Amino acid sequence: MRHLLSTRDLSRGEGITILDVAEGMAEVADREVRKLPALRGKTVVNLFFEDSTRTRISFEAAAKRLSADVINFSAKGSSVSKGESLKDTAQTLAAIGADAVVIRHGASGAPRVLADSGWIDAPVINAGDGTHEHPTQALLDAFTIRRRLHGNTARGRDLEGVSVTIVGDILHSRVARSNAWLLTTLGASVTFVAPATLLPIGIENWPVTVLYDLEAALGAHPDVVMMLRIQGERMHAAYFPNAREYSRIWGLDDARLALLAADTMVMHPGPMNRGLEISAGAADSPRSTVLEQVANGVSIRMAVLYLMLSGEGGK
Amino acid sequence: MSETILVRAVTLPDGTSTDILVRDGRIAELGRAIFASADRLIDGAGLMVLPGLVDLHTHLREPGFEQSETVLSGSRAAAIGGFTAVHAMANTSPVADTAGVVEQVMSLGDRHGYVTVRPIGAVTRGLEGQQLSEIGAMANSRARVRVFSDDGTCVSDPLLMRRALEYVKTFGGVIAQHSQEPRLTEGAQMNEGTLSGELGLAGWPAVAEEAIIARDVLLAEHVGARLHVCHLSTAGSVDVVRWAKARGINVTAEVTPHHLLLTEQLAANYDSRYKVNPPLRRDEDVRAVREGLADGTIDIIATDHAPHPVEAKECEWAAAAFGMVGLESALSVVQASVVDTGMLDWADVARVFSKAPAAIAQLDGYENGIAVGAPASFTLYDPSVSRVFEAAQLRGKSANSPYLSTVLPGRVMTTVHRGYPTVLDGELVDSETVAASARSHDHTHNRSGASHG
Repeated sequence: MRHLLSTRDLSRGEGITILDVAEGMAEVADREVRKLPALRGKTVVNLFFEDSTRTRISFEAAAKRLSADVINFSAKGSSVSKGESLKDTAQTLAAIGADAVVIRHGASGAPRVLADSGWIDAPVINAGDGTHEHPTQALLDAFTIRRRLHGNTARGRDLEGVSVTIVGDILHSRVARSNAWLLTTLGASVTFVAPATLLPIGIENWPVTVLYDLEAALGAHPDVVMMLRIQGERMHAAYFPNAREYSRIWGLDDARLALLAADTMVMHPGPMNRGLEISAGAADSPRSTVLEQVANGVSIRMAVLYLMLSGEGGK
Repeated sequence: MSETILVRAVTLPDGTSTDILVRDGRIAELGRAIFASADRLIDGAGLMVLPGLVDLHTHLREPGFEQSETVLSGSRAAAIGGFTAVHAMANTSPVADTAGVVEQVMSLGDRHGYVTVRPIGAVTRGLEGQQLSEIGAMANSRARVRVFSDDGTCVSDPLLMRRALEYVKTFGGVIAQHSQEPRLTEGAQMNEGTLSGELGLAGWPAVAEEAIIARDVLLAEHVGARLHVCHLSTAGSVDVVRWAKARGINVTAEVTPHHLLLTEQLAANYDSRYKVNPPLRRDEDVRAVREGLADGTIDIIATDHAPHPVEAKECEWAAAAFGMVGLESALSVVQASVVDTGMLDWADVARVFSKAPAAIAQLDGYENGIAVGAPASFTLYDPSVSRVFEAAQLRGKSANSPYLSTVLPGRVMTTVHRGYPTVLDGELVDSETVAASARSHDHTHNRSGASHG
């Protein structure tokens, strides 16, 4: 694995390897000194063409815990906002001596273009591209599910037999795409729940089940319910009439929370719109994994950086 | 005094062999073993002769975007592709929406002489879709514009489209519509389907094209006007045009070489060379447009040659420009997609790539193909070779070809435009020689015109 561009390219074995390495990284977080020397002398560039404080600081924390040097290159306030091209930016980073590029970009496929371009000869890690993929998010979700289910005996396991229901704006969600590929590769069954306007054309060819009815989906007692952030501006483009109606039909409110089994996980990639797609009761319940997801995100990103940069990934 | 050319033993589109004697800009004689002296002898053995190709859809970019293409560079790309006439789209800067601009473009083409350059006029002022451009002035100008198009954008306002169809009728013209419903394609990046959903690229639904074509054929029927459908790309569009023709509606349609060969699957790695408007479609659409071309539903092939500078393509997909260059590769791609697959023969190619586009554009001289007395505009093509298509084979200013490093059949060996060669032995004749030939031709032509009173 030279780059991490999408979860679609990952085999079950590769996925499990990343999760297992992340288990080791998680143990570091419990130590007194939370730092490994593994990537000392390496430079990781966080190249963010789109604002995302959460993802950026997660990658930054991950790189620093592995003793790498971190350069944050944000489009805001840099020459990128003055129209510098991806090519010039990439060549600049190559000249600076970046050993890995973590890229967040508003255009789907930008990490792929960067990886294929020859402008920079460093591993490229996709930290979210347009409405395409967000592979480390899916990996941390899978990691979170596996840990909740298996605790200390999680290593080496896949997600065979686990049922995951993903609710919300599938059409615009890179998280939904990355999870659909990764979770099914690991053996889980995935169900999407959304109004038809927020499902991509051709969804019937994806390895997922599609439902419009959230009650029916929850009635099937999934192991995991993942709520996606709904963006208010979608209603202006006629994807749904208004936030109230969306929340009433596809929100995880307290009544729907009560339908779930006690050990059903409630996940959300954040940031949450409390009261819209998820109620405060659901977000703060013991079923919620929201903060575990954040913590696990650092472990997953440590694992990915380690595998990409230490040479282990080249096998 | 223009040179006399004798082509020996070349194969006509119908498969028969002939010599061709070219004198004073016209085909003077056809037949086996012509006995005549000639300034230039061309061995046609193994070569196919096709009437000069006529492109109804070319972006020459001049004036305004000379970093991408000029009338000269685009004319050279056309000649090496076997063309003897191109129709220059109106989306220049300034837009070709006045007599002044279209006359300028035409006279640049005449001066360079590689091909006949006929300007297409904008339907609406500044291509803004608000107000008709000076259609009458362009039609009555020296450029005698007969084709009007807002290509690149669609005349989407139904009332404006109705008026445009009616108004050009007054001047014997035709509206060439770029069929793209703008609201259904806001931010659209590629064909909408399973692949666009997976790639997270905003989809360009087939219905956005088909709905406009359906509306326009009904408008054309209602007002009794001609309609030409640019670069149709979907199976549904073929069905709509087939239905309209069966109903007797005066509609013609074109397909590009790339829509005859390439599919949306090429977008899978976000390589922006494959980003084009209309987008590459599915396998079943490619099959449908080939069938539509074979059964006459689609009348012509046109390149939609769309040059862009390197930086417009060397970027992420969403930021990249739409379009591909196509003049240099067109005939090879047509051979690969519809001739070698047995769907069209060479006589069909002569029709859909020369006679029929000339008829739609009311361009004289192409009615009878390779015939005694016709202007000597033809191309000699070797369909038996195959080659790796490389940037070195491009002659325009831009290299945004989707075929680079792929193997394509055939090669244009000679192009003759109005009696003088523009391509010999597979290479362009130099610009000064061609320009001098063009001047000489015009001189002869004008003198003979005068002598006829």
